[in-house]
Amino acid sequence: MITESKPVVTATMTLDGREVTYTEGETIYEVARRANIEVPTLCYDPRLEPFGACRLCIVEVEGGRNPVASCTTPAVAGMVVHTQTEAVEKHRRTLLELVASENPEENINPLRGYASQELNQLLEKHDVQPGRFQGKHSGTSNKDDNPFILRDYNHCISCYRCVRVCAEQEGDHAITMMNRGFEKQITAEFDIRLKESACTFCGQCVQTCPTGALGDRKAMRAEAQKEDFKKTRSVCPYCGVGCQVDLLSKEDRLVGIQPAMDGPANEGALCIKGQFAFDFVQHEDRLSKPLVRGEDGKLHEVDWDTALDRAAEGFKKVRQQHGNHAIYGVASGRAPSEASYTMQKFIRAGFGTNQIDNCSRA
Amino acid sequence: MSNPLADMDKPDVIFCIGTNMTECHPVAATRIKQAIKRGAKLIVADPRKISLANMANLYLPLRVGSDVALLLGMAHVIARDGLVNRSFINDRTDKGEAFLEHVQQFTPQWAAKISGLNPCDIEQAAHWYAQAERSAIYYTLGITEHICGVDNVQSLCNLALMTGHIGREGTGINPMRGQNNIQGAGDAGAVPANYPGFQPVTDPLSQEKFKQLYGREMDPEKGITKVSALNECGKSIHAMLIDGENTVVSDPDRSHCLRSLESLEHLVVIDIFLTETAELADVVLPATAWGETDGVCVNTERRVQRLRQAVPPHGEAKPDWWIISQIAQRLAVPGFEFESAKDVFNELCSLSPIYAGLDWDRIEKAEYQWPVPEKDHPGTPILHVDEFKNGRGLFSLIHYRDPAEVVDENYPVWLTTGRRLEAYHTRTQTGRAAGIDYLLPEESLEVNPENLAEWNLTDGGYANLTSRRGTVKIRVKSSGRSPLGTVFCSFSFNDVPVNILTGSGYDPVTETAELKVCPVRVEPA
Repeated sequence: MITESKPVVTATMTLDGREVTYTEGETIYEVARRANIEVPTLCYDPRLEPFGACRLCIVEVEGGRNPVASCTTPAVAGMVVHTQTEAVEKHRRTLLELVASENPEENINPLRGYASQELNQLLEKHDVQPGRFQGKHSGTSNKDDNPFILRDYNHCISCYRCVRVCAEQEGDHAITMMNRGFEKQITAEFDIRLKESACTFCGQCVQTCPTGALGDRKAMRAEAQKEDFKKTRSVCPYCGVGCQVDLLSKEDRLVGIQPAMDGPANEGALCIKGQFAFDFVQHEDRLSKPLVRGEDGKLHEVDWDTALDRAAEGFKKVRQQHGNHAIYGVASGRAPSEASYTMQKFIRAGFGTNQIDNCSRA
Repeated sequence: MSNPLADMDKPDVIFCIGTNMTECHPVAATRIKQAIKRGAKLIVADPRKISLANMANLYLPLRVGSDVALLLGMAHVIARDGLVNRSFINDRTDKGEAFLEHVQQFTPQWAAKISGLNPCDIEQAAHWYAQAERSAIYYTLGITEHICGVDNVQSLCNLALMTGHIGREGTGINPMRGQNNIQGAGDAGAVPANYPGFQPVTDPLSQEKFKQLYGREMDPEKGITKVSALNECGKSIHAMLIDGENTVVSDPDRSHCLRSLESLEHLVVIDIFLTETAELADVVLPATAWGETDGVCVNTERRVQRLRQAVPPHGEAKPDWWIISQIAQRLAVPGFEFESAKDVFNELCSLSPIYAGLDWDRIEKAEYQWPVPEKDHPGTPILHVDEFKNGRGLFSLIHYRDPAEVVDENYPVWLTTGRRLEAYHTRTQTGRAAGIDYLLPEESLEVNPENLAEWNLTDGGYANLTSRRGTVKIRVKSSGRSPLGTVFCSFSFNDVPVNILTGSGYDPVTETAELKVCPVRVEPA
């Protein structure tokens, strides 16, 4: 294959006294991230277009009159940038104080969403107390009765990440901002319920929200359980796209799902099934013991040895009476590859036939 | 897929046919939306006005089951208007001249008559597809679930071969697989014609290889497909081991399917729930579910990924591989002394050429798309780059065939079946996930508003849907997504057992059922 190789245009700039290279088109914020220089932000999501709403990422550029938002300012050759000056830090603290004073003081449980701790972490890191601008609080909760997405706009900071991820990533354009100032709210058109809107309940808005104003209602059911959750990287059990997910578990129970931002197939995206349809695993209908049909014609719970003996006995009998070709195996497109491999080996090594298929024809 | 998912925002022209991607592969569809935003043209061919159709630059609302006609018509236009890629045909394909001559008879006017499309739309689609620098085809079961499923797929291959839109970034022929590990099941050899890694069972060298590996003579004949096996139940098939499939609800012609499974002397089902199929079994063995077991799955772009256990198994549930191995050991079959999923996967890698460079530890980061023929091979994101698997691409001379059943006086309406965003297959899983019912509590029949009055139906009322095989009562929903004279529903709800109606015919090669076409009568209930 001939791959076009375009020369990458690189140049250098100075960041906090360090000379760094960048590729044309990169913003100061992106260059800083690559250089491992931490610049705070609340409205940034690497998957989305720069937006410049929160102004926390401001930096000083030598020769410029005012600080600039690093997430929307492209790097320029020879630029000298300071990300951590006293003036910048003061500005950031004031902004954070304003945000903190507007929102109710509340611990946001990390089960609300992937990014839900971002605001609280910044407040902690910059040691910001909400007291100085105490006054009116913003927003209201939306009484949307859907079982998936909590809409607690008391915590909304107008970063637009939910609106942008819905439009830019999902292409659904289901939500937008209504009203301004303290009255602002993220809504579907005419304030209808999400159910009636273009929302597909993919959960992307929930996972990008940096304050927990949008929350994963299904995961939040486990908030009362005190212990921390564990994350286990796996792959969604539904269609063939193969989105990577993190399974959230507390002790012995799955409590929620978060998308893997670095999953090669999904890069942070999920759909309603992958995001919210995980709890079949713990449904009361799960089979917990082997069953064997009794002489009364009904299925009865038995121990594994009894069931496996009976299973093997039946195949033995059919083989004796009807030969190897009378036994057929159907493997599952839903089970792991090890299940399909052992199934075909069972038929081929066990009976010497190719009487094996999977469920792909229906 | 011949090309990776990451390629989906790279084509200049995207041709989606028989794929309701926004509902069935929603995350892949987001990449198409990105491509459109970047300026790619989207052509959508589907009988229903699905969401993708609303995003399309060109929407081709063809009659159900007329795909071959459309694709032949497009091939005709590409040949007629001199848009073929001569050097690609000469260098990399066989039977090109015969094919170009073959398609001379299939004018867009001919194709339009069969498909109900406008001939100029067929020309437009052909021009866009052929003229772009990069064109990619995406399809799903709307192509394969027909008596002419193989013809449909080969017709798509013909288009790619005649234009050279394959083997490069942003091109290719890309089927979207429907189940999380259906690719892996085929890779692992759970098919009647192939050993693991698609080594043909009819190939003497492969037979010898597996004779050595498995320690017994191998049957030189292919096995029968599951569809044939169901027909043979009680005749030549007397025992079945079914793993994780709710055959009774998912397969066509439900009463036939029930009769078949009931006529077995011995049925063993491995599953996580007591499904409608498990209820018929002599022995039901509880498997560990997703989240409870370690393993491997392979996605639609051939990426080999790890599934990991997060919670302990429910009750006494055991991994599928353990259950099957235990049965095998009781039958004194050697080679089932596996102690972990890792053991099983590593054995699979050791005897499958497409996984030869892989093992359990190497797939930790999900970097590889097969074939990975040796260690240190980077994997193969794009297939057919320099040559095709069998050397040269082969054109197929296809003719249009009518569906197994066509509409007539008694069954004047086309029923086509499919899936919905919120439900997965027979709802054994999504139906048991909290909250899903809030969005999708029941199945309904999508009927064009103009047909409602004509058929004396009311929106929200009930209808009886009758095919040659049975009748199903279903709620009616007025929907502009359904074209005039065609209705749609999913097969997901057991209380609306649509698979009583379907099963009119099967593709002669794959034996895949024609689930996308079923003439019915629609009457008020």
